[in-house]
Amino acid sequence: MASADVAAATTAPSPARPGTHRLRWQTLPVAVFLLALFVVPVVTLLSISFFDNDGSPSLEHYKRLVDVPLYGKVLLATIKVAFFTMLFCIVGAYPVAYLLATSRKSTRNWLIILVLMPFWTSVLVRTFAWIVLLGRKGAVNQVLTAFGITDAPVQMIYNFTGVMIGMTHALMPLAVMTMLAVMEGIDPNLTKAAATMGAKGGTRFWRIYFPLTMPGVASAALLVFIASLGYFITPALLGGPQDTMIVQLIIFQIREVLNWQFAGAIGVLLVITFMLIFMIYDRVFGLSVIGGAARTASPAEGSMIRNYAGRVGTAITWGLAQITDAAITVFARWVPARRGGVGFSRGGLYLVCALIFAFIALPTLFVVPVSFTSEAFLTWPPKLFSLQWYQMVFESPVWLGAATRSFVVALITASVGMLFAVPCAFALARDNFRGKSALFGLVFAPLIVPNIFIAVGLFFLFSRIGIAGTTLAVVLGHTVIVIPYVVVTVLAVVKGYDRNLDHAAATMGASRMQTFHRVTFPVIRSGMVASFMFAFIISFDELTIALFVTGGRVTTLPKLMYEDALLAVSPRLAAVAALLLVSMSIVILASELIRRKGGFGLGTK
Amino acid sequence: MTECKNKLTIRGLTKRYGSATALDRVDLDLVDGEFLTMLGPSGSGKTTLLWAVAGLNDPDGGEIWIDGRDATHVPASGRDIGMVFQNYALFPHMTVRENISFPLEMRKVPAANRPQAIRRALEMIKLEHVGDRYCSQLSGGQQQRIALARAFVANPSIILMDEPLGALDKKLRDHLQLEIKRLHDELATTVLYVTHDQEEAMVMSDRICLMNGGRIEQIGTPDELYFRPATLFAADFLGESNLISGRIVGEDADRLVLELPGIGTLRAPSTTPYEQGAGIVHFTRPESLSILSGTEIKDNLVRGEVADVVVSGALTKVFVSVGDGATLQVSQLTSVSQRVRKGELLTIGWDADVGRVFADNRREVA
Ligand SMILES: Nc1ncnc2c1ncn2[C@@H]1O[C@H](COP(=O)(O)OP(=O)(O)O)[C@@H](O)[C@H]1O
Ligand SMILES: [Mg+2]
Repeated sequence: MASADVAAATTAPSPARPGTHRLRWQTLPVAVFLLALFVVPVVTLLSISFFDNDGSPSLEHYKRLVDVPLYGKVLLATIKVAFFTMLFCIVGAYPVAYLLATSRKSTRNWLIILVLMPFWTSVLVRTFAWIVLLGRKGAVNQVLTAFGITDAPVQMIYNFTGVMIGMTHALMPLAVMTMLAVMEGIDPNLTKAAATMGAKGGTRFWRIYFPLTMPGVASAALLVFIASLGYFITPALLGGPQDTMIVQLIIFQIREVLNWQFAGAIGVLLVITFMLIFMIYDRVFGLSVIGGAARTASPAEGSMIRNYAGRVGTAITWGLAQITDAAITVFARWVPARRGGVGFSRGGLYLVCALIFAFIALPTLFVVPVSFTSEAFLTWPPKLFSLQWYQMVFESPVWLGAATRSFVVALITASVGMLFAVPCAFALARDNFRGKSALFGLVFAPLIVPNIFIAVGLFFLFSRIGIAGTTLAVVLGHTVIVIPYVVVTVLAVVKGYDRNLDHAAATMGASRMQTFHRVTFPVIRSGMVASFMFAFIISFDELTIALFVTGGRVTTLPKLMYEDALLAVSPRLAAVAALLLVSMSIVILASELIRRKGGFGLGTK
Repeated sequence: MTECKNKLTIRGLTKRYGSATALDRVDLDLVDGEFLTMLGPSGSGKTTLLWAVAGLNDPDGGEIWIDGRDATHVPASGRDIGMVFQNYALFPHMTVRENISFPLEMRKVPAANRPQAIRRALEMIKLEHVGDRYCSQLSGGQQQRIALARAFVANPSIILMDEPLGALDKKLRDHLQLEIKRLHDELATTVLYVTHDQEEAMVMSDRICLMNGGRIEQIGTPDELYFRPATLFAADFLGESNLISGRIVGEDADRLVLELPGIGTLRAPSTTPYEQGAGIVHFTRPESLSILSGTEIKDNLVRGEVADVVVSGALTKVFVSVGDGATLQVSQLTSVSQRVRKGELLTIGWDADVGRVFADNRREVA
């Protein structure tokens, strides 16, 4: 792979304005909240693993981890799943991100919605859709047998293939958005400049554009890998027994055998894996590559491995450039009318991207028709038409109760999250104060730490203070999860806000209150609304925390769906999924429109 | 009572960013109705000064008086100013009319009087028809004029402008320079203007304040700055100049006698006191020099060979090598008949009065 050093040419960030160096009171609620409900529980969970079940210090759990071969095997399987998910996501997402980065702004905005759709739709709904599509009697198998391509149904889920399909589908949007962020920042004139120097299409792409996108590729790879390591929903529903992920072992230890200490030890194992990955990553790319930051490091500063990787990368891209140029030359000779193969490569890109978009957007829709089946099982094509499953859902107090609870929890979580995180985001965006980078670390840690740690840690804490199994417990847990998202989105809004507007208002005689009320808030309002919706959806969809901290009759919709799906994916579940899909899509489109309307008339930003 | 009362008085204004000093004990007076331009290279502290006057940053020392009142610690909202920002800072969620109405509202102008003030402002900037549009729907030049209208509509004591034309193309800039001048005259208002473009400063200003490294280098009319620069920096920054190093060898009939390597002996206006043998830099403007036809006599005569001739429209620039690697530039009006050719040998001359002598430590000897 090419080195990140090649990207050094892009502009350095402008120096921050030094403000006053005092701790900011606005950041206190977030800091205290995360310390109490994130740091303390996670650290507690990991540290109890060093005690035996009677409470005296011991390494017995680690001995068991090493002695029983199962755990090593599961760890390897987990890494294998994460690695291939990363690979498929990067390969699939790169052309899409490239298309988005190089298309007109209006087109791009709509394509982005298409890419983000699966990101926003519940993981459970998406997973059900794959079961509908790929099951023994699913749509794909029906088509295959109908056309006589296969005589027996092909086993596509409940194995590694199923896990790969589900996880790639789930995480590809993350890869697209991460790479897009970097690609958008690449000056399109660079490749044009290369063209004036005589570089052909292949050389322009591989030697100029591709190396510049490497920071994006590298950070997308890391994010997908990390996210995959902590995944369990898709493997649990689409995988076979041999596709068990390490997180499922933790869940088993807590939910079935109640062995906290051993669960903690597995957690430590996962943490060590994380750290190893970060270390390797840092050696090869440098951690600063994440988010495209610090692209100014000179080649001399990297480690030896990084320099070596850089040289190998240069050699590889050079080779690829030669091959592509040769291919284009040959192709141009065959099809001389098409002027140097430019139209050809763009056409190929459209085709590939259309396939990937179809993979991203279409499968989920399959839950809708099957929900209207009149049969008791999921079949394809469904025997239409019956509303019995919808009726069943709407008449069930359990489902209605869970849906109501999820709605209320999401509403409160989003409100509390905004209340805490907005002032914090303002301080982070505008001021320099002592402990700012530590605060950044604290706020973003819940994004990197797998939810399972937070969930189990909170369960442990809540059990002790006696609020486990309550709605309050879910709200607190979800608030931990949404804070980083709210901070990120609000930070973007606040950073994009031109402070000269405030200054202008002041010179016209507006007081601070008037300035905020008449100028600042109206301008950032739509961004705030979008951020609120973001938090709402995350909480509404959240499963891991709910799985642990709720109990008995207190359940959320995702938890109910998950537990139902573990038994069987029934048409009733499809009805719930369809309802969720439609209502969520409306919410997402609405929030997107509100956010866009923030542009005020034509042509801003 | 003096006739000219000060609109703005600045005394000892100092502003530091960390260890860097952005403003170093600046004194400035702005007379009622004056158009004063802060001119200087990028980073010389122009914006910092303007923001201090506006109350948008906290000075580390010094005083700011506006309209005879101490405004040093008055917040921006209480200073009765109008300001045009470089990026205009038009409120994107308000229409043009609402933007212009905002300062009136904030100053509690009765709602009944506002529409007329807004209409008048829109008339003055000749944009009567765009009142109900959003600013993002207007061109750069139109946005600029809206920003102007918003700054003057409430009749502030001083209007501050920070490179208001920086984002526009040359043609539009030239047009708006005159437009702003016209508004200044019609409104009879006081303007503190910032630019790094010396031509703009020359065209628009009653007085120019030349800034360098957080200090004021010179304040004066455009004419004074151009023909009587106080410092080597001022001479070098404004327009073109011939700067030649040499030393003082004596005095003769109230003229300094200079010895310049490669050129010989020159005469320049006397300075008291002068120091025999001191290193100096001799300064002339290219248009003060002339090519002599043979019979003319000037105080200083130098022979040389024409190295290059450049015709830049109305002016022709003749570069003459005068020996020892030194080159003198002579600018004359382009004429069809009188042509100088490359390689030609000729004599250039000027009277002692048009030259200036600066000490080599960058301060004028005078
Ligand atoms: N907010 C700031 N933080 C740190 N340094 C600043 C800041 N604003 C200005 N400076 C520094 O102060 C000096 C003067 O800047 P400025 O007033 O913007 O110059 P000008 O407007 O003449 O280009 C520069 O050296 C600049 O780097
Ligand atoms: Mg400036």
